[in-house]
Amino acid sequence: DEPAGEQTAQAASGVWVFAEQRQGQAPEVVAELLGQGRKLADELRAELAAVLLGHGVEGLVAPLMSQGADVVYLIDDPRLARFNDDAYADALAALVRDRRPEVLLAGATAIGRSLMPRLATAVATGLTADCTGLAIDRERGLLLQTRPAFGGNIMATIVCPQARPQMATVRPRVMKAAQPDAARRGRLERVTLSSDVGGGSAVLEIVAEIEDQVNLTGAEVIVCGGRGVGSAEGFELVRQLARELGGVVGATRGAVDSGWIGHAHQVGQTGRTVAPRLYIGLGVAGAVQHLVGMQSSDTIVAVNKDPQAAIFQAAHYGVVGDLFEVVPAMIARLRQRRGQDQASAADQKC
Amino acid sequence: MKIIVCVKQAPDSANVKIDPQTHTLLREGVAAIINPFDLFALEAALALRDEHGGRVDVISMGPAQAAEAIKETIGYGVDEGVLLCDRAFAGADTWATTAALAAGVRHMGGADVIICGKQAIDGDTAQVGPGLAQRLGLPHVAFVRRIRQVGAESMVVERQMDDGHDVVEVKLPCLITVVRQIGQVRPPSLKGKMRAKKYAPTVLGAVDLGLDPAQVGLAGSFTQVVKVFAPELGGEHRLWQGPPQETGARLVDALIDGRAIILGE
Ligand SMILES: Cc1cc2nc3c(=O)[nH]c(=O)nc-3n(C[C@H](O)[C@H](O)[C@H](O)COP(=O)(O)OP(=O)(O)OC[C@H]3O[C@@H](n4cnc5c(N)ncnc54)[C@H](O)[C@@H]3O)c2cc1C
Ligand SMILES: Cc1cc2nc3c(=O)[nH]c(=O)nc-3n(C[C@H](O)[C@H](O)[C@H](O)COP(=O)(O)OP(=O)(O)OC[C@H]3O[C@@H](n4cnc5c(N)ncnc54)[C@H](O)[C@@H]3O)c2cc1C
Repeated sequence: DEPAGEQTAQAASGVWVFAEQRQGQAPEVVAELLGQGRKLADELRAELAAVLLGHGVEGLVAPLMSQGADVVYLIDDPRLARFNDDAYADALAALVRDRRPEVLLAGATAIGRSLMPRLATAVATGLTADCTGLAIDRERGLLLQTRPAFGGNIMATIVCPQARPQMATVRPRVMKAAQPDAARRGRLERVTLSSDVGGGSAVLEIVAEIEDQVNLTGAEVIVCGGRGVGSAEGFELVRQLARELGGVVGATRGAVDSGWIGHAHQVGQTGRTVAPRLYIGLGVAGAVQHLVGMQSSDTIVAVNKDPQAAIFQAAHYGVVGDLFEVVPAMIARLRQRRGQDQASAADQKC
Repeated sequence: MKIIVCVKQAPDSANVKIDPQTHTLLREGVAAIINPFDLFALEAALALRDEHGGRVDVISMGPAQAAEAIKETIGYGVDEGVLLCDRAFAGADTWATTAALAAGVRHMGGADVIICGKQAIDGDTAQVGPGLAQRLGLPHVAFVRRIRQVGAESMVVERQMDDGHDVVEVKLPCLITVVRQIGQVRPPSLKGKMRAKKYAPTVLGAVDLGLDPAQVGLAGSFTQVVKVFAPELGGEHRLWQGPPQETGARLVDALIDGRAIILGE
């Protein structure tokens, strides 16, 4: 028998998404949560709600609706102007107690991973961390929450059978973002903040750090160099292929630790999580800490001289060979095909 | 200043794999270590004690062998250690873990500052710190990378965010979780090592803490792990071997055909 949460399955309904915002900007993960939340809500035949906390953030309501929210709960209050855990948790806990959602999702961001455990504890329910997969178990109507643990070496599927809401934080760039549809309409519900919310911490200053000029997370194509690249000079070839493909250069921790390229380029557990349309690993062994950061890429390509390299298990396409021979051949072929394709386009015009 | 550090003993997670036949965790022969982030927490605590005086105690929930982790912290200069050890604690999720830790912290008389690691390298949830703070009714700041100053009633810390950092003032008593940048732990002292050798932590069970066994461990958990499996990677595979001119060209052709490379971009 499980502990009795404050709320049990019977009374709960609705899928909620925590619409995180920071200085009026919602991170990309909010659209991803709405995309996934819409699917779950449809399957449960329930409403999809977005919960928006802050001050002067009403401008975000319409985009949330166009991304699929049937209802937006807005708590607009000066005490919520800057993110602080106990006020945010108190505000959300009161709303959760009042409206009883069945599912509550948040991004596994700095804010989500700090706030959600506090909220889950406040409302006495379970919380699954950093999920990469969410589905409904048709038989029991439960949320199946899949997440990596042990540094990505294993995956676990977790359920919260009794208490409600079933809460999860979701890793950014894993779920497909909702496509905005300006014609979609939703309902706005303003909620007033009760007088007694926590004030244990206060943000004095927000310091944006100029993000490295490497836009790894937004890149469509990433060409990633590993220790097999051999030197800082060797990375010139990686850059060249990236340029040919209109892509961005990534690196393994092996290459970064060797000092051949900056940490801003690192892909993996302690670097960036990426999911480009095309990932090409050159001289990358395929350690699990690297794989967890790129395994959701649409197409994974590996060039490695060791046929046993682990990356070939993850790759859709692989070439066994010396990257310093294979990559120039790839570039030559690319240029040739570009020439060909231009020629064939020209043919059609004539 | 009274500081409590939460320390978890964890398997060296890089070496934990799934048995492909039985789908169970292969932990055999995998060394148990102090969760690396908890050593950063320990350093933060020791640095606070250096500057403001007081004491640093550690608390750990785990099996009997976790006493080794506590002993190791004594070597680094910790004053006293408490091990929460009871069959009833086994299989806890983070909710049940914080139930035990909160009772343990209360038993120890509370603290001005409780410090946790950012996350454990096995469970990887990062939920215990914030959950424990809520249980104890304390404010918390997660992902602290620097403690700027400590006053009588509050302290000012830098919190690592996705896009930079926040400077946060938090009232005491409070809980923080720390990231790597807070600093590597100092080497253990000779005196500390000597003390560690003979040291035995206080061991407390559920009943000692006034906890109902139904509130802790697996029985007291909301979440249930229903399946563990090895990460699934890749889909269809195509592997070429041979002269690079040929394989390189074939690869490019396949990528263009599969529209992974879109010409004319
Ligand atoms: C807690 C933790 C976190 C980590 N986080 C990350 C992370 O975020 N990102 C990350 O990448 N790693 C991370 N690592 C490190 C990871 O475990 C590996 O050590 C690292 O990814 C290895 O980098 P590599 O593949 O470049 O190097 P190696 O393992 O040295 O592999 C080099 C590969 O290049 C091949 N090669 C050599 N020469 C050539 C050639 N001429 N042509 C073709 N192939 C060649 C070799 O066959 C080999 O497979 C982490 C480790 C730990 C413990
Ligand atoms: C595969 C797998 C997946 C899991 N997924 C979830 C999940 O999604 N949700 C969930 O609620 N539980 C989950 N658990 C259970 C979870 O691992 C345990 O509750 C564990 O006791 C604490 O969580 P953690 O290891 O994630 O610690 P974290 O919350 O990551 O640890 C943060 C900090 O809290 C302190 N701390 C953590 N544990 C202890 C301890 N025992 N003693 C002293 N200090 C401690 C340390 O300072 C540590 O640095 C999972 C367990 C497994 C095996």
